[in-house]
Amino acid sequence: MAQVFAYLNHKNGVLEDAAMELINAAKAISSEPATAIVCGSGIDAVATAAAAIFPKVIKVDNAALDYPNAEVVRKALVNVIPAGSVVLFAHNTFSMDCAPGLSVKLNASFVADIVGIDGVDGSTLKVVRQEFGGVVSTHVGVDMSAGAVVAVRPGTFAPDESKAAGGAVTAADAGDLSAKRKFIEIVAPEAGDVDITKADILVSIGRGIEDEENIQLAMDLKEAIGNAAEVSCSRPIVDAKWLEASRQVGTSGCTVKPKVYMACGISGSFQHLGGIKGGLLIAINKNPNAPIFQVANVGIVANIVEFLPALTEKIEEMK
Amino acid sequence: MEHLISPAHYKFLGFFPGAILSFLYVIVGVGLFAYIMAKRVAPLVLAKPDNSRFSDIPARLMNLLTIWLGQIRQPRYMTAGVLHIVIFFGFLTLGIRTCSLVVIGIFPDFALPGLAMDQPLGFLYNIAKDIMATAVFIACAIAAYRRGIVRPARYAVPEKYGHDHTAEAVFVLAIIMGLMVTESLFEAAAVAAGEPAFLMPLTLVWIFAKILPSSAHGFLQFLHIFSYYAHNTLFFFFLNFLPMGKHFHVITSFFNVLFMRVRRGNIKPVVYGITAEGLDELESIGVKRLEDFTWKHMLDFYSCADCGRCSDQCPANLVKRPLSPRFITIKARDLMFKKYSWRNDFQFGREPLVGSIYEADEIWSCTTCGACEQECPIGIEYIDKIVDLRRGLVDEGEVPQTLQKPLQALSKRGNPWGKVEKKRADWARDKEFAAECEVKIMENGDTAETLYFVDSITSYDDRMVSIAKSTAKILDACGEDFFVIGKDEKDSGNEVVRFGEEMLYQELKNHNMEIIKESGAKRIVTSDPHAYNALKNDYQVDVPVEHISETIMKNIKAGKIKLKPIEDPSKVYTYHDPCYLGRHNAVYDDPRDAIKAIPGIQTVEMVKNRDRSLCCSGGGLMLFYEPHEEERMAVIRVKMAAEAGANVIVCACPFCMVNMEDAIKVAGLDGQLEAIELTELITQHLE
Amino acid sequence: MEILVCVKRVPDSAENEIVMNSAGNDIERDDLVYSVNEWDNYAVEEAIQIVEKVGGTVTVVTVGDADADEILRREMAMGAEKGLLLQDDAFEGSDCKGIATALKGAVEKGKYDLIFTGAQADEGAGAVGGMLAAMLDLPYASLVNKIELGDGKLTIGREIEGGNREMNEISMPCVLSIQTGINEPRYVGIRGIRKVSGVEIPVMSAGDLGVDAGSVGAAGAKVKKIDYFVPEKGEGAEMLEGSTEEIIDKLIEILKANGGL
Repeated sequence: MAQVFAYLNHKNGVLEDAAMELINAAKAISSEPATAIVCGSGIDAVATAAAAIFPKVIKVDNAALDYPNAEVVRKALVNVIPAGSVVLFAHNTFSMDCAPGLSVKLNASFVADIVGIDGVDGSTLKVVRQEFGGVVSTHVGVDMSAGAVVAVRPGTFAPDESKAAGGAVTAADAGDLSAKRKFIEIVAPEAGDVDITKADILVSIGRGIEDEENIQLAMDLKEAIGNAAEVSCSRPIVDAKWLEASRQVGTSGCTVKPKVYMACGISGSFQHLGGIKGGLLIAINKNPNAPIFQVANVGIVANIVEFLPALTEKIEEMK
Repeated sequence: MEHLISPAHYKFLGFFPGAILSFLYVIVGVGLFAYIMAKRVAPLVLAKPDNSRFSDIPARLMNLLTIWLGQIRQPRYMTAGVLHIVIFFGFLTLGIRTCSLVVIGIFPDFALPGLAMDQPLGFLYNIAKDIMATAVFIACAIAAYRRGIVRPARYAVPEKYGHDHTAEAVFVLAIIMGLMVTESLFEAAAVAAGEPAFLMPLTLVWIFAKILPSSAHGFLQFLHIFSYYAHNTLFFFFLNFLPMGKHFHVITSFFNVLFMRVRRGNIKPVVYGITAEGLDELESIGVKRLEDFTWKHMLDFYSCADCGRCSDQCPANLVKRPLSPRFITIKARDLMFKKYSWRNDFQFGREPLVGSIYEADEIWSCTTCGACEQECPIGIEYIDKIVDLRRGLVDEGEVPQTLQKPLQALSKRGNPWGKVEKKRADWARDKEFAAECEVKIMENGDTAETLYFVDSITSYDDRMVSIAKSTAKILDACGEDFFVIGKDEKDSGNEVVRFGEEMLYQELKNHNMEIIKESGAKRIVTSDPHAYNALKNDYQVDVPVEHISETIMKNIKAGKIKLKPIEDPSKVYTYHDPCYLGRHNAVYDDPRDAIKAIPGIQTVEMVKNRDRSLCCSGGGLMLFYEPHEEERMAVIRVKMAAEAGANVIVCACPFCMVNMEDAIKVAGLDGQLEAIELTELITQHLE
Repeated sequence: MEILVCVKRVPDSAENEIVMNSAGNDIERDDLVYSVNEWDNYAVEEAIQIVEKVGGTVTVVTVGDADADEILRREMAMGAEKGLLLQDDAFEGSDCKGIATALKGAVEKGKYDLIFTGAQADEGAGAVGGMLAAMLDLPYASLVNKIELGDGKLTIGREIEGGNREMNEISMPCVLSIQTGINEPRYVGIRGIRKVSGVEIPVMSAGDLGVDAGSVGAAGAKVKKIDYFVPEKGEGAEMLEGSTEEIIDKLIEILKANGGL
């Protein structure tokens, strides 16, 4: 049975939530206990946090790893991970930067953005991926005989929040970490620059919002969900100048492919639906006969002016 | 009393003959004018060809008779129109007088044949020209007051388009008034000095003759000579000043109207004389630089009188999109004057128009509704120019991002949404509908004499398929044997050609033409005015093309269909003319008559109707791209319908329906106003 | 600047209705129309803009069959000077690594300062660029949405979570995967494509590239699609019913399960 490693992302001394999911992903692949790898500089606290989730933790502590530059991290991982291992990543912009190259260096198979594991058959790992914006899914067979690098879409596995692993942290030497790519800085987005096409979750409002003042209800929900969310809208909202044109979804606006599209008070005109190219479509509309329910995945008959604040409140409570 | 010495016999400083001075005036004035005109005409000779302007002579003569001489478009703006008509006919009348006057300065007894004072016609002419001079004087005074004091909004020049044009307008009005005054004074001085003549009471000359002291012979002599040469000076100045600005139209409007568009609804070929097959060989297509315009389009630039009617009617301008047709012309004219200066050598620069005098968004803002062309009193064209400029942008790859997808989809799938071809006739296969009305579909091998050409939006849009179904039911009720093409029908391309993607349009057209031919259709009916226009005016298919409103009326008249009384007689209906049915094809009455054929229906007209209908903004792929605008055209339109007291706005076009239904919600008129498509209304009332 | 842009012919989700075939093991491919992968278009535009600025040539390369010719020509109509088609029966059924292996062969046959790929494709994993770079031992950056030219190096911006941009300095030659939004790709009409219809596009086989046929194609693939299926969902929307509180609880579960929370 292949040894399973999980690379854990962390920021500002805090592990990202996906760590709790990767432990369960690892369990779906192997019954052997998985090993977490944390790379960084001055990361004792992170390694300790990882040890609460994983039975074994390898800590690679090096000043060159202060920022997770994909090229440097890859070098460190190649030095630490034995051939033939399975390496798990959370699928994100870091894994897209690091994992494909790692698979080449480890001579391992590579599969990214999986949304399920259907089991292991001998040395073949059977995973589920989505294509065409989630319209269809595929089963993919991954030959693990020489190892595999697997990036798992966050949310695929339930998080293990027990934090009872009581794992041990061992330090590993990173080796040579010279790189041809150097991290400079992170540039934050300019305020007011809304790009709804990049959001994972769109809280999209239509005529059902009734009044300009109620726009705030959608903004509140977006704030509650967090960074990945943005507020978008249908054309009448832009026409009424309640929101800027850059937030409009539809054939005369933006084409979006979020993970979740929450159509709030949108009846679902052809022109609007033409702008939605994937993701789970959740429709909330007070009219049970609204055409949007024909195409939505999930429907809720409710007045959004009442429903949105209730949802926001619940999400805030959960935090 | 002794008669005054005529200018020809007058000796300046006691020796210099007036005749020679007058002759010099002619030499210098006419010579300079000829030179300026040669410099002005030269760019037209060098411009791109347009041989379509020399055919359809009867129609062109009719335009001259009605639009130029008859001034029929002037009273569409009543005050300015009436003033213009007075000045126009004043010019025609007094032009003769001025020409005679110029010669009289050399040969004092000169008179045009038949117009000598002792002949009846000459006597009448003399009275007529005095009346006209007075009328022109008054008209100019009122016009100057309007331009200078009242300042109607449509003359204003937005800051981005440069300085105000009022000074030039008032200056020219002053010159014209000066011409009238000097002409009158010249004659009045002679009459006051005792020359016998009949003067029409209350004319300028009559007033002057009354005022002038008959005793002051020397003064009258001075005035006679002075006013003559003042008139001559003003005239030659005016003549040479005309080609410097908006008053060039005094000279060019005759030609502009003669050569104006005579066909409706079509788009000019990329290059006249080059067939679609030859387009691949061209280095560049469309208008990218000033030099790429045709001579007629350059003549348009010269001819613009800056009256602002086009922009006043332009829906894009109304909603504050960055387009004002008036300035499409004025900016190009100014560039022509700069590059092809009458004083300097011509500069043939290669700088692109879009990016210098025009902005891309300005060019994409046009809906090709045609309101500007309908309004222009001298037949200036805009749609062909906009399309030519778009062709240039498309050729350079400068197409707004949101429009690239629909164009690619049109190319791959034959419809702008990228919907699968085989679902094109799915509306006809809808079980509930098929049970009521069976539609022959060509892909099943079923054809008939009459083809119903559905087009993309009506085939695929969940809301608009109702138009297809209603049309089919109407055709069925009329007893028509008809079919639809189904999967092999591609978008008509009406918007594609107007968008400037000529090659894609040619592909769509060639495909559809072939399929239509293959089907053996003898007649085509459409419900979408855009398809109607494309087939009729762009493709020019060799079978008759009908809009469903025409079919409906024909069958009502023939008694083949009967309509039952309106369900709710309290509702008031208003009809919204689609641009591609109304302005571009002059089908105004059939849809109205069809609505009125419903017994008991109450109808009302909106302020803007028929050829002044306000575009819904649906044309030209604008469902996929909207330039910045402050209000939506359709919102203004539905408010207009509500103001007219209508409860229902009847459209006869799927694009109008999309926009009106949206606009009713945006305007907050739900419950008060609804939109219905003509075919839906008729189907509801089929007996 | 010599730039190689790797492109791919894909069924564009905007122009296709992706549905299952009657056997239920693959998508219905009869009615698909293909175009160049949207991300690749941005990569080609970026390459053209760089060459317009500093000179050089843009070459577009794809691994595919004769049908792939159309997308190479489309990108050449945009302004790429050269095309290169890597075509061999041995490439058929390649996984990402197989494609990267073939491309590696092409890169080694030329001399390029920059190699671009699109950041991802509708039916792909965004892996080829990173693999190619690793195989060539070149530096790599993914999801690049900003490029500033420097002397022998570039300053690049990567699109990362939360709308942030990660700025890096990277030495040349390097491989970059280009994210949408980095530029506004120019429009290519039928006329443009016809203009380049006569340009010869060299075709290279596995042998020409010096690629071992066993390392590519189905033979070399370690990652294989087994079948396609449509995730379970009923006709129309799954309507959530109950009290507002119950609905909200169910909704939050759904949001969590779909990466929404």
